[in-house]
Amino acid sequence: MTPEEWTAVRLSLLVATTATAASLPFGIAVAWLLARGRFWGKSLLDTLVHLPLILPPVVTGYLLLISFGKRGPIGAFLDEQFGIVFSFRWTGAALACAVMGFPLLVRAIRLSIEAVDTRLESAAGTLGAHPLLVFATITLPLCLPGVIAGAILCFAKSMGEFGATITFVSNIPGDTQTLPSLIYTLTQIPGGDAGAMRLTLVSIAISMVALLGSELLARRIGVRQMAA
Amino acid sequence: MSLEVDVDHARGSFHLSARFSAAPGLTALFGRSGSGKTTLVDIVGGLIRPDRGKIAVDGQVLVDSACGLFVPKHRRRIGYVFQESRLFPHLSVRSNLLYGRWFAGDGGAAADLASVVELLGIAPLLERRPESLSGGEKQRVAIGRALLAHPRLVLMDEPLASLDEARRAEILPYIERLRDEAGVPILYVSHSVAEVARLATTVVILTEGQVTAVGPVADILSLADSGDAGGVLDAVVARHDEAFQLSVLATAAGELQVPRLGAPVGAPVRAYIRARDVMLSLRPPEEISALNVLAGRIVAITPSANGAQADVRLDCNGAALTARLTAKSVQRLALAPGRPVYAVIKSVSFERS
Repeated sequence: MTPEEWTAVRLSLLVATTATAASLPFGIAVAWLLARGRFWGKSLLDTLVHLPLILPPVVTGYLLLISFGKRGPIGAFLDEQFGIVFSFRWTGAALACAVMGFPLLVRAIRLSIEAVDTRLESAAGTLGAHPLLVFATITLPLCLPGVIAGAILCFAKSMGEFGATITFVSNIPGDTQTLPSLIYTLTQIPGGDAGAMRLTLVSIAISMVALLGSELLARRIGVRQMAA
Repeated sequence: MSLEVDVDHARGSFHLSARFSAAPGLTALFGRSGSGKTTLVDIVGGLIRPDRGKIAVDGQVLVDSACGLFVPKHRRRIGYVFQESRLFPHLSVRSNLLYGRWFAGDGGAAADLASVVELLGIAPLLERRPESLSGGEKQRVAIGRALLAHPRLVLMDEPLASLDEARRAEILPYIERLRDEAGVPILYVSHSVAEVARLATTVVILTEGQVTAVGPVADILSLADSGDAGGVLDAVVARHDEAFQLSVLATAAGELQVPRLGAPVGAPVRAYIRARDVMLSLRPPEEISALNVLAGRIVAITPSANGAQADVRLDCNGAALTARLTAKSVQRLALAPGRPVYAVIKSVSFERS
């Protein structure tokens, strides 16, 4: 593999890890709200979370560009107040991946929270545990396999994200050229076939490992739910 | 300790309206299914917020709708043993037991792990997972878990309902020890007359959401609206008759001979005598097979709904006993309140509970 290819693989791993880690706390919070919350606008939140799954990725990328870009309202605010810049940086690629992976993350966690018996939670409450501690000591451990499965799905989605990323942060080698972006570039130039094939194999290997991990965990959830 | 309850709660067409105060010991909440027993304990435990009312434990007000007070369940220090044990499947038995202790802090009943484990006989289970326990073992662990949270009141919602006869018999002695030794007041939900007769100090009868009677177990159980009405006699094992496999119980009403008990001589026991097992005679019966004849006086005669039968309540030297007779027998013997009679009870009619 060429140094350029290695850079793209490393960048993709960094982007996917950051996107997954940064969206995980929000994913758990939103999943809990959707699973257990009763509030006005719940279906609106549900729709909003799932939107990136249904919209064409290019549309999501464009929406990110006009809102989080240098001149976009959110992007300009974050740049002025905190010095955080997303446009044409790897952080922007991570943001695009996090948005695209979020529905998958929330969905898996939500299902596993819904599978936790609320009667166990109220039992923990009668034993003196504050609702937050009930969540930390009962709900979270019992839905942990679902959380991990959701994180793996989000990571896999981030490794493969192309449309939203290239629309939002372009395809700059070393900065925003992720693994799928480089494969696309290589297919556009003469003699790039070998490189595209090498990266395709790397991509397949990473996806397979992620899927296998998710499958194994899904099986463990099944076992635990039968036991409980 | 004292528990004061005065609540109203509507759920669909069902209306619960309960007012009672519980004395120390075990207070049984007794009634048919659907009478609102579980709703009432859920309200005391803080799982349901009542529409209106007031609840106080030991003078501390937990709920008062008049001033919008509602203490959340995790700050009530009320242990709750559920019908299904609700053990945490991801924790070992030991961690389940100690769960409440993380939050209990200091004070409260000084129940430590070693004494609770000893009381409930669960030492061999400590390192196991809840899924590998039998139903009876799960319930004992659930009771221990509630105790170790240092509760000032323990709620038990039909803790034996999901168990078979043998498992019930295995747990009942532990609940008796809890009542007598741990000193924690218990509010116990049940629809089994046998359980209530054996365990309760005070009985609260709930009928379709309304409290219809409150009082000591012996007074109340004979009034219970149940096909299984009867009387409860407090007794002490006087001696065992090994030759005939009988035990003799000393009661206020006189001696009772019952099938051989496991309890040692001197142990306090309760005899629950079903109304339909009692026969009445105007003269002391002679040459009769039944071993138990108790002298008493008729207190009241309550005809059944269709008039075919009547429950005759007796006062046998202070102990209450009820006999269920046909209306025909009542008329034939000219039974009336104040009349002295002899109650005849076959020894074989006693069952172990």
